Amino acid sequence: METILVLTHADETGSALTRASLEAVTAGKELAARLSASLTIGILAVDATAAAGVLASTGARLLAVSGEAFAQARYASDAAACEALCRAAQANLVLAPGSSRLTRVAAGVAHRLGGFIDTHITALGGTESVEATRWFYRQRVEAVLSRDVRPWFLLLDAGTHTAFAGEPGAAQIEQIAVQLPTQRTTVSGFRAPAQDAQTIRPDAKMLFVAGAGWTKKQPDGQIHAAEAGELILGFLHATGASLGSSKSLVDQGGEGNSVLPFLTHLNQIGQTGATPRHAKGLSTCCHGEEPHVVGWRFIGDRRAISLDPNCGWTRGKADVVYIADAFQVMARVNELLASAKA
Amino acid sequence: MANAVHIVVCAGIVPDPLQTLEPVTGPNGPGLKNEMVLPAVLDPWAASALYEAAGLAAKNPGSKVWLVSLGPKAKLQQVMMTVAQKVSFQLVPIDSPIGGFPDAHATAAALAEAISAIPDLDRTKCLLFGGWESATRGAGVTLQLVGERLGITDQFQGVDQIDLRDDGSFEVLERVEGGKHQVSVCAGTPAVLGWATGNLAEPRNNPQVGMANMRTIMPALQKAKAAKLEANGLRYVSAALPKQQRTTRVVKDMAPDEIAAELVAWIGAE
Repeated sequence: METILVLTHADETGSALTRASLEAVTAGKELAARLSASLTIGILAVDATAAAGVLASTGARLLAVSGEAFAQARYASDAAACEALCRAAQANLVLAPGSSRLTRVAAGVAHRLGGFIDTHITALGGTESVEATRWFYRQRVEAVLSRDVRPWFLLLDAGTHTAFAGEPGAAQIEQIAVQLPTQRTTVSGFRAPAQDAQTIRPDAKMLFVAGAGWTKKQPDGQIHAAEAGELILGFLHATGASLGSSKSLVDQGGEGNSVLPFLTHLNQIGQTGATPRHAKGLSTCCHGEEPHVVGWRFIGDRRAISLDPNCGWTRGKADVVYIADAFQVMARVNELLASAKA
Repeated sequence: MANAVHIVVCAGIVPDPLQTLEPVTGPNGPGLKNEMVLPAVLDPWAASALYEAAGLAAKNPGSKVWLVSLGPKAKLQQVMMTVAQKVSFQLVPIDSPIGGFPDAHATAAALAEAISAIPDLDRTKCLLFGGWESATRGAGVTLQLVGERLGITDQFQGVDQIDLRDDGSFEVLERVEGGKHQVSVCAGTPAVLGWATGNLAEPRNNPQVGMANMRTIMPALQKAKAAKLEANGLRYVSAALPKQQRTTRVVKDMAPDEIAAELVAWIGAE
């Protein structure tokens, strides 16, 4: 019989589980029910007792590693904590959210336990065995895989399961002691753009992508990067959309060309960028070539504005493509959004 | 040379991203149709790691850069003809199958073995670089596994910047959720850094660097050891292209005002 451990961790408050962790709990409950397996949930938090309240109704065994040492997401301490939780749970299947914190350590932990790992899992299926779905070649080939060996670690992509939302209550948790190695790394904080300039919004319903065309010469022979910046930020402000970019646009900054100052490589979508999940996506001034569009794999409803009627978007990659000048269209869109708000 | 570092960059080779990929199933599991004739490039994230390694080595005299790459010898040679013109390094090739479908644990074992055998590598000064993911498997685990096998327990993933300080410590910026960077300070080498894009542009081709590199690359390729990648219980049920092909409505003759109105209605629709 399989035994399942779901590894979870707290958010920056230290006392509440992340959404991705709660999604992993849902996956764990579903898998345990299907396989008639026992379920254990491991919690990594400063205050695991507070974080565990939301898991009271899962009926799972709850293990926790607590303390100030786990306030910081750091390889040495997190790997030791996860290793201790796994050893205490004696699980042969370990599910975990594909968060930056657990992605950093899960493979190392699997190795320490003599196990194996697969990541970016988008679905769990199979009848008599566990079959995991994931993408290869940057979302270009979808494969279903399985492993006969245990322990098997599976890191789940965010947004692939609903977040567990049980009735909060008093939970019985078992605290697990951890022998921490010498800490050579200290996390000194986070560096983020100023609040107004924070353009990456993973929870937004919509993705807005700015392509290199925004900083190319316009019909008057001039570059209008400042105007482009105002239009884009105006749209983001009005809609709360998340901003993505093509590689060619963010690369221009490194090459000393005129760029949009609020864009960084963190905004990049595609082959060497992110593959976010949003219900809708609007591409502007971007050719929609394959290396960029692979980053749109998990965007539901797609529209594009492009001057090129033969761009990649028109070849089955978008639902609607407007052959038009994005400067004109977005200026009018912003006006309409502003008047609707007023 | 107080801050001289020994940087080992793990980098795979991947099909050129503009190529059409079609999965096929063979006796050893899935692969890509015509995989051996598809033009290949150095993995883009690993390439960022290589350029950052070269930049760091240039700022810290006495540093060395090794490029450890796993793939069929002929493919490695083809890719190195281009990569060698970018920055200086010593190639440590491993002759093995190409592709995203082999198990990451087996890949990591082969890489760790090859790194352990580098004669001049001082592991106390080692910075193990690579891409935080690859454009083939994209699992983001190989570098971690290599680090664990080499006993390196200061690891960073999604790195965009490293600043080496005079005392040997260094500050690292790692990507985390929400478009932020986590800032960490590590007491010193050894460490593992899985790079995102970094901040350096791709260096221009330099034929002199290329010629110097090729003097050592060709003999290294001739001596490349073959590695057999174990399956480790990994079994593929299927591998297929996504079936989703959208029926695109191309709107050519609509005025900007009309397009804007349609977009605003679409944005507002639930």
